[in-house]
Amino acid sequence: MSFLGWFLLTPLAAFLLLLLLPREQEKTIRVAALALSLAIFALSLGLLAGDPRETDLAWIPELNIRYHVAVDGLSIWLILLTTLLTPISILISWKYIDRRVKEFHAFLLLLEFGVLGVFAAMDLFLFYVYWEVGLVPMYFLIGIWGHDRRIYAAVKFFLYTMAASVLMLAAIIYVYQRAGTFDYPAILAMLASGKLTFTGLEQTLLFLAFFAAFAVKVPLFPLHTWLPDAHVEAPTAGSVMLASVLLKLGTYGILRFCLPMFPAAARENAGWIAVLAIAGIVYGALVAMVQPNVKKLVAYSSVSHLGFVILGIFSFNQQGFDGAVYQMLNHGVSTGALFMLVGYLYERRHSLEIQDYGGVATPAPWLSTVFLITTLASIGLPTLNNFVGEFLVLQGAAQADFRWAVFAATGVILSACYMLWMYQRTFYGETPAKVKHHMTDLNPREWAAIVPLLALMVWMGVAAETFLPRISAANRLILQQTTVNVPFNVQTPALRPDVAAKEIADAR
Amino acid sequence: MPANLFPAPVEIFRFLPEIILALAGTLIMVLEALTADRQPKNALGHVSLAALFAALVAAAAVHGSPGPAFSSMLVVDGFATFFRVVVIAVGILTVFPSYRYLSREGANTGEYYALVLFSVAGQGVMVTANELIMIFIGLEISSIATYVLAGLLRDDARANESALKYFLLGSFATAFLLYGIAFIYGATGTTNLTAIRETVLRADGPSPLLLGLAAALMLVGFGFKISSAPFQMWAPDVYQGAPTPVSAFMSAGPKAAAFAIFLRVFVTIFEPIGDRWEPVIWVFALASMTIGNFAALTQSNVKRMLAYSSIAHAGYVLVALCARSDIGTAAAMFYLAAYALMNVGAFAVVAYICGKGEKYVSIDDLAGLGSRRPAVAAALTIFMCSLIGVPLTGGFFGKFYIFKAALESKLIWLTVLGLLNSAVAAYYYLRILVVMYMREPGEAAENLEPLPAGLRTALFTSAAGVLLLGIFPSRILEFAVQSAKLFGR
Repeated sequence: MSFLGWFLLTPLAAFLLLLLLPREQEKTIRVAALALSLAIFALSLGLLAGDPRETDLAWIPELNIRYHVAVDGLSIWLILLTTLLTPISILISWKYIDRRVKEFHAFLLLLEFGVLGVFAAMDLFLFYVYWEVGLVPMYFLIGIWGHDRRIYAAVKFFLYTMAASVLMLAAIIYVYQRAGTFDYPAILAMLASGKLTFTGLEQTLLFLAFFAAFAVKVPLFPLHTWLPDAHVEAPTAGSVMLASVLLKLGTYGILRFCLPMFPAAARENAGWIAVLAIAGIVYGALVAMVQPNVKKLVAYSSVSHLGFVILGIFSFNQQGFDGAVYQMLNHGVSTGALFMLVGYLYERRHSLEIQDYGGVATPAPWLSTVFLITTLASIGLPTLNNFVGEFLVLQGAAQADFRWAVFAATGVILSACYMLWMYQRTFYGETPAKVKHHMTDLNPREWAAIVPLLALMVWMGVAAETFLPRISAANRLILQQTTVNVPFNVQTPALRPDVAAKEIADAR
Repeated sequence: MPANLFPAPVEIFRFLPEIILALAGTLIMVLEALTADRQPKNALGHVSLAALFAALVAAAAVHGSPGPAFSSMLVVDGFATFFRVVVIAVGILTVFPSYRYLSREGANTGEYYALVLFSVAGQGVMVTANELIMIFIGLEISSIATYVLAGLLRDDARANESALKYFLLGSFATAFLLYGIAFIYGATGTTNLTAIRETVLRADGPSPLLLGLAAALMLVGFGFKISSAPFQMWAPDVYQGAPTPVSAFMSAGPKAAAFAIFLRVFVTIFEPIGDRWEPVIWVFALASMTIGNFAALTQSNVKRMLAYSSIAHAGYVLVALCARSDIGTAAAMFYLAAYALMNVGAFAVVAYICGKGEKYVSIDDLAGLGSRRPAVAAALTIFMCSLIGVPLTGGFFGKFYIFKAALESKLIWLTVLGLLNSAVAAYYYLRILVVMYMREPGEAAENLEPLPAGLRTALFTSAAGVLLLGIFPSRILEFAVQSAKLFGR
């Protein structure tokens, strides 16, 4: 087994280790969880350099199910994002989570295990296993440590995701029936060589079955209704993991599986999906504008931002894909940070209603500054991260259909409106007595949790070159795969064979 | 006529597990009479456990010498061994949590353990039977013992209702089965499955109408025993009224054995008219899943909920039967093994929390179990996840394999509807997790006794088994696939 194969098991090992610790020693548990997750993060950095980054072992030989995992330019950054956010989630829960500490941290690590697996799985069965495994810990994170309506939100979250993903299971079995294997690269090779072909109807139905599972997770408008509930009710760490990592599972799945396997169906359906994505962008922004609850506002802004990702993917061009993937990372960093900061506010004032705040900038200037930077990142100020992603997406969308870009661009404007308006009402103006008494500035632990994300916002904004080459290389491969067996005339620049081979090598 | 009136030693050896169980059961009955009254009879329980373990070892050993026994009335093949191991394991997992339960109810008597052994012996006969009359005899041995077990608590009105209902409806269903057997005998002149199959396959074989009639009658009998819709009405009342360890036993052992004979009969002698009964099973499967799952949604009693869930799970196994392939048979076998473990485990938790007189059996009584008894709650979580079909549990892999078999046989609609059904089911299983982890402890959780050793063994064995079947299914799957070729198709 290669480094990657072992690495993916480390969160599970950490989970089991944590279960062995005595539940009374909360301090030990917190420290152990933090240390373990930091160690996992350090190990994951090794994936940037380490070769080979692929493991392919027999798991259930009777059915030809394999433990096949690999990392490429598409998944590497998402994996790093996950491993970075896990220790951060533990840090921000240090004071906030005060009951059932052991279970909380155990579930966080189990969640990490499931999510990392999804990003690396190269076997459809394995992928489905990881996909569902992540569901259970998230369900508990919302249901046990959430706010008042936590049970409703947790059950809704679970059932929405479950109902959509059983259809994907049926589709996976169907693909297996036709291909005789769950191995994803092998299936793609068969598709490319014409050994395996799906009829038009088959493609459409299979595409829809996969897409339904992913679209619920993204969530694509109008399947988004579980999201505001889940976000508002979840504890801060749960919201952060949900927004930053779990939503990406959906968009990742679309890009990784839906497009290359069912290219014709994906292109045929691109029209209405893009319309839904734009509807989500505008609708999410408009609803966010009128939210009195700050956490709900951020949640709806997620619906809006994820619309950009979908739009980029269904533009079917290099810029669109690159922008979509970059936007996945951006959203993970900046919305994760926003949820953390909202959590900081809640821990001080114990309210999520905007009207309970005001003038926070006076007693807590640093908190306000940090919040402002994050807000600006979120609305896409140049030199901060979101600008790069949104720009690329809009460029890609404009190439596909100029009207898409026009409508989607309104989302950028609207996001500036609702975010700045929320910022103004919360941080400026009169300072009510309650805010004055409770609002303290950031403490070192909170600084430690937020600084990495702030650094990333700037880094990703000014030095996109660190991240984009790998992403582009992986996307170019996917774009090429989506031209297989497609009757359309796809306008991709002709690739010289030697260049293509090098790029494919880069992407692996 | 058999050439030799006396069976060869190897034939007796092939029957060894049942011999052990029957002898041990009789021994316990005798010992029971010899020991003083009013004493807890844990020692007798130990004897029954020893017998069950011996039978388990014997079943494994017998697998080494497969073949027919007693003029081909019984047959030891992979299929038989698989189910023998399952029913004996269910017996073991039933006895472990029973000690504490029975002494709490003041019913720790030898006859309980003896009846369990007899019932398991009957199931052993069922799964090895190669002959319709043996199937009937095995079924009766198993059922009669189970009827008595259901009514074990004589002073409890609910238990009486449960036993009577089970007995009356059960006898009625067995009569249908017997009618079916009579029709087959009339049509083919034999009751031996191998011989029947040969007759049926002949060009001048019995009329399909007669065969169809026989299949329909037998379907009623089997349908009742596996609690499939539309013969599921008895299950909720009986499971609810019976003592909890007995409910666990009923929902797993007799059901698995009934499925074993169902499979054996339908994929051997009725296989030639498969296209006729497939639509019927299709409807039964869908109806069982739908009725079971939707009825379970509104239950407040854990035992009733598990009863409806067991109806739904019978539906999943019927999907595998509907596939009419060796893969389908293997899928059914695998699923029944996984199902037996997770269901016995779930009932064992109920037996733990229910308290004297089964006072705490509503779902709300599980409140706070997560904080009071984290280990028990964790085990129940594993069982529930497996019943939902979350990956890395046996339930998921079994379900996956069943629907794979169904898709291979082009049962696309049944697959889609079945999978959607399992999403519905998630709701009521999740409710248990919600109550257990997300509510403050109630009266039941505050008054829990320490976890008895026997119960702990049963819980953790089944939990480990469920995970093993989910993470490393290869071994058992391979065995099931090899044994599923019942008639060398």
